[in-house]
Amino acid sequence: MFLYILKRLIQMVPLVIGITFISFLIIQMAPGNYLDQLKMNPQISKETLKELERAYGLDQPLLVQYFKWLINALTFDLGYSFSYHVPVVELIKERIGNTLFLSITSAVLAWGLAVPLGIWAALNPNRWIDRFIQLFSFTFMSIPNFFLAFLLLFVAVKTGIFPTGGATSPNYDQLDFWGKLLDRLWHVSLPAFVLAIGSLAGLVRLVRSAMIEALQSEYVMFARAKGLPERLVIYRHAFRNALNPFITLLGFEIANLLSGAALIEIIVNWPGMGMLMLDAVLSQDLYLVMGGLYIGAIMLIIGNLIADVLLAKLDPRVRQREVEGVLK
Amino acid sequence: MKEILHYIKKNKFAYTSLYVLGILYFLAVFADFISPYPFDLQHRDTPYHPPTQIHFFDREGNFHLRPFVYGYRLVDPVFKRYEIDYSRKYPVYFFVEGERHYLLGFIPTSRHLFGVKEGRIFLLGADHLGRDIFSRLLYGGRISLSIGIVGVLVSFTIGAIVGGISGYFGGKVDNILMRIAEIVMSFPGFYLMLALRAVFPITLSSVQVYFLIVIILSFIGWAGLSRVIRGMVLSIREQDFVLAAKSYGASSLRIITRHIIPNTFSYLLIAATLSIPGYILGESALSLLGLGIQEPYASWGNMLAAARSISAISQYPWILAPGVAIFITILSFNLLGDALRDALDPKLRKNL
Repeated sequence: MFLYILKRLIQMVPLVIGITFISFLIIQMAPGNYLDQLKMNPQISKETLKELERAYGLDQPLLVQYFKWLINALTFDLGYSFSYHVPVVELIKERIGNTLFLSITSAVLAWGLAVPLGIWAALNPNRWIDRFIQLFSFTFMSIPNFFLAFLLLFVAVKTGIFPTGGATSPNYDQLDFWGKLLDRLWHVSLPAFVLAIGSLAGLVRLVRSAMIEALQSEYVMFARAKGLPERLVIYRHAFRNALNPFITLLGFEIANLLSGAALIEIIVNWPGMGMLMLDAVLSQDLYLVMGGLYIGAIMLIIGNLIADVLLAKLDPRVRQREVEGVLK
Repeated sequence: MKEILHYIKKNKFAYTSLYVLGILYFLAVFADFISPYPFDLQHRDTPYHPPTQIHFFDREGNFHLRPFVYGYRLVDPVFKRYEIDYSRKYPVYFFVEGERHYLLGFIPTSRHLFGVKEGRIFLLGADHLGRDIFSRLLYGGRISLSIGIVGVLVSFTIGAIVGGISGYFGGKVDNILMRIAEIVMSFPGFYLMLALRAVFPITLSSVQVYFLIVIILSFIGWAGLSRVIRGMVLSIREQDFVLAAKSYGASSLRIITRHIIPNTFSYLLIAATLSIPGYILGESALSLLGLGIQEPYASWGNMLAAARSISAISQYPWILAPGVAIFITILSFNLLGDALRDALDPKLRKNL
């Protein structure tokens, strides 16, 4: 297994280099750079500008800049943000917790509901519950999640059951531990719900069709024929076989934890990565954008790796093909 | 093609969606004739005017054959609250004289489908500058509805060609092209969209922005498709008709574009229908953040930008109308795409 993980990691290296290099090129293509804004300011002397240029390495050729950045990035030194004047790592650290909290809450909500609902629908095909779940999933798959966010904000303003922005109340620091937890959960509820509904709608359809396919297969017929209780047939035989595509999907979910929520974060004023990246892109904060994309790429690698390992653990066919194949 | 239509007709959801989409595109094409006002006409004296209901009966219960709208009085200029003024009735006329426009781009006329001669008619209310939301919705549909189709056409052409080349030639070419596709697919999509937008100046003409959005969305979208097409091509290229084409000396390009890609057509059609919503959403998201179509031009995304202010949503909920339009469009495309998949992919049909 260790060798398998190692092999996977090595395969990812060119991907990371490709992603970071392309992002570097894209950002360099943008007209001007951050210093151009400072040049407009008559109070900043030419010498200071030169100094800054050298300090940020902007006077060197593109490739040199890139490799300098890459070597530092390997040790998570992502450079300085031009506009905030603090290390990029600090900025991301500050925001990443909020983003992860939001995305993980919504992912847990979505998966926790999608799996049982999908199985329920698959066990009663074309009955009212199945039709209801299908109708629900079709409707909410088609509602743009930013629109859903607006609708819920409207409800929130009218009824006051949800807070309308931020991650904590103003009196957060005075609360005890449980108060803090409740306060956070209360604030995360609206955006998490918006994000969860969208992915729940898509997931439930997939779970349903995968389960229906598994239930029609011959091994399920065989399990029933030999007289296994229905519960075991469903959970040990049908469900475990229907699970495979979802593990790959789980990997994508992990990869998307950072950027999937960005638009909703911006709309509901959630102090996460989304806002930070939008500002960074608008103000051409080179290293901040690079940092965001880099962390995003790392999340992708972790997500894929977890999916691969889980898949090998759960499916003996994959294990044989991938893991034991490496060892031979 | 006939078979496809037959399946769609049998599925009543898909058939309805086809009609709904037909109506939406029709409304967008004839926006300047159907809408009572031009998209940029400001009524500065009536900001956030509420939707005017169309009445057939007045307050005394008398029936009027010609529908009418009541006048509104601004009672609170700070919070923009209006009150119906029952003493002022404005009849609604058809083919009424209005602002001059060019129907279909070349027929000059100043007739509009409906309108009032005095007073104002705002079917879906007005925005902060007193512009008619219904009119802007129709004009915005031109951008939002067409960008889906143009975007899909561009990215599917790229995706099909790259996938075709990659699958047909295999080997090194395949390896390089697919690594590139993988890299593009691994970007966090939303950040990539922002970063690409930042490459170009914020202030561009609206035509430039339109094509810029198409390019950005296609740049992100081609990769996933090319991988699927590659997989299909791998099996198609082994078939006899490809060998036959090779034996009479057809060039590789001809084999790919004339023999292989047409065989992936039914998949392309399904995938295209199901991808259009993504492009519409992409445009809306960019415009919503102020990075897409700029004022005074209307798109469903930039109309929704007004809803980013929480106090505006709570007091003037009709500014959310473009969101409903996006929802209806996406729902229709999803239903249609689903029906197409059932019709063209018999393997999947069995399960559903």
